[in-house]
Amino acid sequence: VAVIPIRSELRQRVDLALRQAIVDDRERGIFKVRRDVFVDEAVLEIERRAIFDRCWLYIAHTSELPGPSTFVTRKVGGRELLLTRDREGRLHAFFNTCSHRGAKVCREASGRRTAFACGYHGWVYDGTGKLVDVPGRESMSPGQIECGALDLTPVPRLDEHCGFIFVCFDRDAMSLADYLADAKEVLEIISQQGPQGMEIVRGEQAYCISANWKLLLENSIDSYHVHSTHATYLDYLNARDRQGQSATIDSQRAEGRARDLGHGHAVLESDGANAWGRPCARWVAGWGEEARVEIDAMIAELAGRLGETRARVIANGDRNIGIFPNLVVNDVMSLTVRTFYPVRPDYIEVNAWALAPKGESDSSRDRRLRSFLEFLGPAGFATPDDVEMLELCQKGYSNVQGAQWNDISRGMLKEVPGKADEHQMRTFWRRWHELTAGFEAAAGAAR
Amino acid sequence: MMLTVPAAEELLYQEAELLDDWKLVEWSQLFTADAVYLVPPTTLADADPRRDLFLVYDDTHRLQQRALRLLKKSAHAEYPRSRTRRLVSNVRVKPLDPTAARVTCNFVVYRSRAERQDIYPGHAEYDVVTDESGALRFRRKLAVLDIDMLRPQGRLSIIL
Repeated sequence: VAVIPIRSELRQRVDLALRQAIVDDRERGIFKVRRDVFVDEAVLEIERRAIFDRCWLYIAHTSELPGPSTFVTRKVGGRELLLTRDREGRLHAFFNTCSHRGAKVCREASGRRTAFACGYHGWVYDGTGKLVDVPGRESMSPGQIECGALDLTPVPRLDEHCGFIFVCFDRDAMSLADYLADAKEVLEIISQQGPQGMEIVRGEQAYCISANWKLLLENSIDSYHVHSTHATYLDYLNARDRQGQSATIDSQRAEGRARDLGHGHAVLESDGANAWGRPCARWVAGWGEEARVEIDAMIAELAGRLGETRARVIANGDRNIGIFPNLVVNDVMSLTVRTFYPVRPDYIEVNAWALAPKGESDSSRDRRLRSFLEFLGPAGFATPDDVEMLELCQKGYSNVQGAQWNDISRGMLKEVPGKADEHQMRTFWRRWHELTAGFEAAAGAAR
Repeated sequence: MMLTVPAAEELLYQEAELLDDWKLVEWSQLFTADAVYLVPPTTLADADPRRDLFLVYDDTHRLQQRALRLLKKSAHAEYPRSRTRRLVSNVRVKPLDPTAARVTCNFVVYRSRAERQDIYPGHAEYDVVTDESGALRFRRKLAVLDIDMLRPQGRLSIIL
């Protein structure tokens, strides 16, 4: 009983801190975020409950479960999950936890399997999560197995859009289609790159960043930092494609825009304004003349299948998509899917993949992977520099008591915010604030 | 090609020294003009760089550019530079064909930067040939990390 006042005082403090976390002055064009939200353990606890326990979270792509009786295991929202396709090809998501004594049932990352046996006492489940075998069955109480109460526990919600599979731990959440809002169309555009659909390329990149999770979301949809953070990547493109002539990139120019997609999702999009090539499908000199012929054929195929207008959007457009809270799909010099989860306020686990058209030619796949690795991933010419910047931000926030606010005001008074403005980040933060501020007070009132 | 174990060891020690001393341009000159430098994904034993997503898939031009990039102050991930120390052991040699030998070894790279200490354990496979001047050169370097994921290392901004 003595503990309650202290906890409630803590709650009030966090509640107050979250209410005051954002300055959003639309008249003066000032947007600020208090740096406490990147370092405070109590804020992360609220985020876990108000965001990660309630929002739809990306788990996998349908291509990773290529047929009946396939599975993948993933950590999503801090939970160990098992995603299966049963014998009929239907998708199921379970907590990867044995109903008996709680051991993690499936230990492999992916594979093909009709039954999942817990290593501890040997309980066996099928792909629908049903408990099908228990050693020493005769000692179980009557009806215990048959009634289904000891089946694997399903994750409350599971759904899919254009191959992107999401789960949600909140039974009462809105549908995935409603949740994704205008992000649905952008995912459709991405999924139309290949005539046979899309697939995740083998070879997951699993790494970590010593920084707050919200910094990676911001960074993944930020055009403004490219010239400064990625100067060496631009140097490389110039050396390869322009014999050392300097390339321009659109971050200072008006081409491209940031668009609010609803529910905290946002996209940065432009049409042909960046220096890099796109495997589907924008040619650059460094790829050689043979590649040009193939790229032209890809554009023609897109136009024949989807019409000139959509073909141009797919082939020539670059887009960085942030899907609230922790999915990034960047369709730039290659196509990447990236998700992350905060283990601590200053530490995230990141998992990233390349997405590619199914049935793509060997030469196109090769070009795609080279182009990916030139920029992206823990050994790319750019991602490590992003990571360094995020870690420098986190270090800078050790001064939160003295230097308290981040400024995210760029382009706030423009009618149409440009790609190098910060509208997309404000979109994220407004949703973040909506979900977190007052969450404790509301939860307290409900108690 | 016949190559003795001591000669192979000397070559690998020379490479390790160049990398530890940040003589990266000199390191890139150890490769032939048609070389590859590969670091496969940590989770795939049978990965093919043309079909699967690697960590590093460099041709000679790109490994030269990697070296040049890392020497710039604007390569933020390595500015200030890491200190590294490489240990190379278990060196073995077998002839591949009349012009090339396959050298395999184990390695550990210790990386230290400010308060961070990271370890990159692995094994490597080199295809070694001689150039016109008779000097030994790498036509292929495959460095396999013996870890399941880049945690806690986070990044592979150094050359293995």
